[in-house]
Amino acid sequence: MAARKTPSKSNVSADELKKYYRDMLLIRRFEEKAGQLYGMGLIGGFCHLYIGQEAVVVGLEAAAEDGDKRITSYRDHGHMLACGMNPDGVMAELTGREGGYSKGKGGSMHMFSKEKHFYGGHGIVGAQVPLGAGLAFADKYLDNKRVTFTYFGDGAANQGQVYETFNMAALWKLPVIFVIENNQYAMGTAQRRSTSTPDLYTRGAAFGIPGEAVDGMDVLAVKEAGDKAVAHCRAGKGPYILEVKTYRYRGHSMSDPAKYRTREEVQKMREEKDAIEHVRDLLLGGKHATEDDLKAIDKEIKEIVNKSADFAKTSPEPALEELWTDIYA
Amino acid sequence: MATEILMPALSPTMEEGTLAKWLVKEGDTVSSGDIIAEIETDKATMEFEAVDEGTIGKILIAEGTEGVKVNTPIAVLLEDGESADDISTTAQPAPTAAPAQDAPQPAAAPAPAAVKPAAPTPDWPEGTPMKKQTVREALRDAMAEEMRRDETVYLMGEEVAEYQGAYKISQGLLDDFGSKRVIDTPITEHGFAGIAVGSAFGGLRPIVEFMTFNFAMQAIDHIINSAAKTLYMSGGQMGCPIVFRGPNGAAARVGAQHSQDYAAWYAHIPGLKVVQPYSASDAKGLLKSAIRDPNPVIFLENEILYGRSFDVPDVADYTVPFGKARIWREGTDVTLVSFGIGMQYALEAAEKLAEDGISAEVIDLRTLRPIDYDTVIGSVMKTNRCVTIEEGFPVASIGNHLSAVIMERAFDYLDAPVINCTGKDVPMPYAANLERHALITTDEVIAAVKQVTYR
Repeated sequence: MAARKTPSKSNVSADELKKYYRDMLLIRRFEEKAGQLYGMGLIGGFCHLYIGQEAVVVGLEAAAEDGDKRITSYRDHGHMLACGMNPDGVMAELTGREGGYSKGKGGSMHMFSKEKHFYGGHGIVGAQVPLGAGLAFADKYLDNKRVTFTYFGDGAANQGQVYETFNMAALWKLPVIFVIENNQYAMGTAQRRSTSTPDLYTRGAAFGIPGEAVDGMDVLAVKEAGDKAVAHCRAGKGPYILEVKTYRYRGHSMSDPAKYRTREEVQKMREEKDAIEHVRDLLLGGKHATEDDLKAIDKEIKEIVNKSADFAKTSPEPALEELWTDIYA
Repeated sequence: MATEILMPALSPTMEEGTLAKWLVKEGDTVSSGDIIAEIETDKATMEFEAVDEGTIGKILIAEGTEGVKVNTPIAVLLEDGESADDISTTAQPAPTAAPAQDAPQPAAAPAPAAVKPAAPTPDWPEGTPMKKQTVREALRDAMAEEMRRDETVYLMGEEVAEYQGAYKISQGLLDDFGSKRVIDTPITEHGFAGIAVGSAFGGLRPIVEFMTFNFAMQAIDHIINSAAKTLYMSGGQMGCPIVFRGPNGAAARVGAQHSQDYAAWYAHIPGLKVVQPYSASDAKGLLKSAIRDPNPVIFLENEILYGRSFDVPDVADYTVPFGKARIWREGTDVTLVSFGIGMQYALEAAEKLAEDGISAEVIDLRTLRPIDYDTVIGSVMKTNRCVTIEEGFPVASIGNHLSAVIMERAFDYLDAPVINCTGKDVPMPYAANLERHALITTDEVIAAVKQVTYR
């Protein structure tokens, strides 16, 4: 992976760096807690954790402005936390409670926040890609200068509808950033076994969409690439592709035995490339924060996460009448 | 020997057309491939080429003539050495051409002549001014009116803009509203349906035209998983106001992949609304309601009905609410329930049954989600017999569902089992005779009525 950048080389302040650390840590601790609640039987069904990939959303959210939109797949908890959605509401949705973002009717894969411009949470691999381009279509139609971050994985990158969308997004110059979160495994299938060419960032070439590969374990590199992509879209030049190379530490979902990769491979990534450790080193090494500063952040995050878990356990199940609401507007 | 040049069929559903312009005159010599005339079909203006070479001996149908039936001789082609005097008089006399402005209405299509009984439950008060309109014109007017009313309404689909609509439904809309709001797409139903749904999440009100609903199967994941379920999955935060419309069901002689009725498929899905109009007034009033509806609406049209003319209220803002059936004909002996093109068979059957002294009540459901159960049940309680009519496949049909509801709600009122008349349980064949048998027929409806009335 590319050499680590230092904060002095990038255009990021110490406060911003601390914020990235905090936001990534929130996602990691939240997801660890979600895994725990799943083990306790409080969360059911599918639950896809984002642990390992935190720098992707945190870096790109740092490039976003108010009113910009985001949409992603079912591995969506990190995206929601990074765009400022309330951890209580996210966790309570995971436990299927009234206080959840979808009143318990959506679950882990289906959450939305109009307020934070988060448009889901989509369970069908690749479906969010044209939907995201459609959000950008609406923005262009309404001439409101917003961009849409459309996240999908290396697995979804092989879906036909992705290329239908690339064509139309380029043809109509839609302000959409296609973020391919390449965590190297489409469920249990390694990229080399599913994908004929390794460089997903070149997949837009046939449609005239520029793309670049980004070190997704380096939040500063992600932010920098995000700034560039946002500027491109905001200038009316049409879509942009970011292939963000990242790694998921946990299984595809909670029920994944992960026989398709070695324990050593995962361990090596955690030890050598971890995005949170990286920022921690930058903060401490650059004397931008002390151990005590970081401990205080750790403590704050722990409290937020514990509070969300308490809320998710105590929020009541939805009233039975909710079965019959929200079918038609 | 002189050859008759016949009025060509230039589309699968064309029964007649307008001889818009002759590009040759009597005495001209033509070769194979020369364009000799412009013919306006129900879909477009087409150039008509000579097949054989020879001299135009006589033009039988003057340019500007409307309603020229397919296979009517329109001109006579002479071979070398023949003269116009050799032309035998077998050719039918030409209808006189009339100037465009006071041209007579084209004759109604021959075989399935629209039955016009008194309508006991029209959706307009007595004395409302009416105008004759085709279903095609009514649909276009509905879209134009709603686009004028709401800037966020736009039309997207294959050939909707510059081509003026594959079936001419969107004719003129590009000129009226511009390319920002009338948008030609590439042939990528899955992708553009998803983009349209996303744009509805983002605050717009898209009308998506599928060239036919057969192609919507490419897009059905977005229709069902993305459009229909999001309101529920978001706990009411985010809905999807969108209309998916286009021709549905069998056209004519286009084979299995292009001939299927999707009414039962979409009516199965909570979160969708499903509309299938028969008349032009319903096409207009229901499409306007669909565009205003905050939910995803499936709007199933029919290619054969596009050219059919009906009375449409000539009022400023005519809408028809969802979930309200229309009783086309009152009766006492049997209830016929149908929708869409099935209404043609129901109404024809009712007319013929009346001659046999059987009084049939004919109900047009108009919307399949919601369904107006009360009107059906009320009628069955009166007639004690019911036959359902639809073009779709028999298994899990709308008729099956209605039968179950009638059994639950009106069991004690039934004097005979409900019969479901449907399309046959086979992929649509191409051969003309097989296709006729695969579809529902008026005779089958009459036979079913005789069975339930024990005649």
